[in-house]
Amino acid sequence: MKKADLILLCSLLALSLLALTFLVWHVGDTGEVAVVTVNGEEIARLSLKEDTELTIEGYNGGSNHLVIRDGDAFLTDASCPDKICVHTGKADPLRSIVCAPNRVVITIESE
Amino acid sequence: MKSTLRTHRVAFCGIMAAFAIVLGYLEHLIPLPIGIYGIKLGLANLAILSLLYLTDIKSALAVHLLRIAICGILFGNMFSFIYSLAGGLFSFLVMALLKRWDRLSPVGVSICGGVAHNMAQLIAAVCLVDQLKLAFYLPVLLLAGTLAGFAVGSCSLAVIQTMKKKKP
Repeated sequence: MKKADLILLCSLLALSLLALTFLVWHVGDTGEVAVVTVNGEEIARLSLKEDTELTIEGYNGGSNHLVIRDGDAFLTDASCPDKICVHTGKADPLRSIVCAPNRVVITIESE
Repeated sequence: MKSTLRTHRVAFCGIMAAFAIVLGYLEHLIPLPIGIYGIKLGLANLAILSLLYLTDIKSALAVHLLRIAICGILFGNMFSFIYSLAGGLFSFLVMALLKRWDRLSPVGVSICGGVAHNMAQLIAAVCLVDQLKLAFYLPVLLLAGTLAGFAVGSCSLAVIQTMKKKKP
């Protein structure tokens, strides 16, 4: 390992930690609405204060089942084989739920 | 003598291709329990990076593309294939250029490769899902790429040094 490697490693670590801190500080975790988009188009805007369920019609005929309970939004079922979106868990302002096959994105925003 | 070397090269590339595919499979078996979309170790890069240093760019690229295609057919779907192709091609380009530049050891090259891989996948995701919001992943992916690149790079440095001693 050369000196240039160490400099590279340290500067990348510092840069990413700085960016992470900025992100956490800037966005916080006080979202109020779950915004559902399919293929880039917004299809629903749901308040996190009310418990509700919604089956999202995704792109290419796929579907995802969204549940909002106790101020959290998460997916309980998806038509795709890998279920990455379901395993993502609860959405927060820093972590959207993404289902790439159905082109469904759920983000948390403040009003 | 020349044909012996050529045979050696072909056999070596075959072994490394098998190695890369097995590593890709291993990685597929053990998902990292972080819960963030798209974070993985990039173990297969261990084989590709070693090949880049032990043979030449052409052989390494051939094995790399072969691995992406075979892993895509065996374990992936259309989407994971597009993502790994985007990440794989861009990170290979970055690593090949940095290797030529010759200022970094394999560890540094691997770190840049890891970061480049994640950035390319993020860009592919932004294009496919059409959501700029995904850019929130940027710092997380940057950190993950750096750490994974460092781990994989350190391993392949050991592989490269051992193999260089054993070269015919």
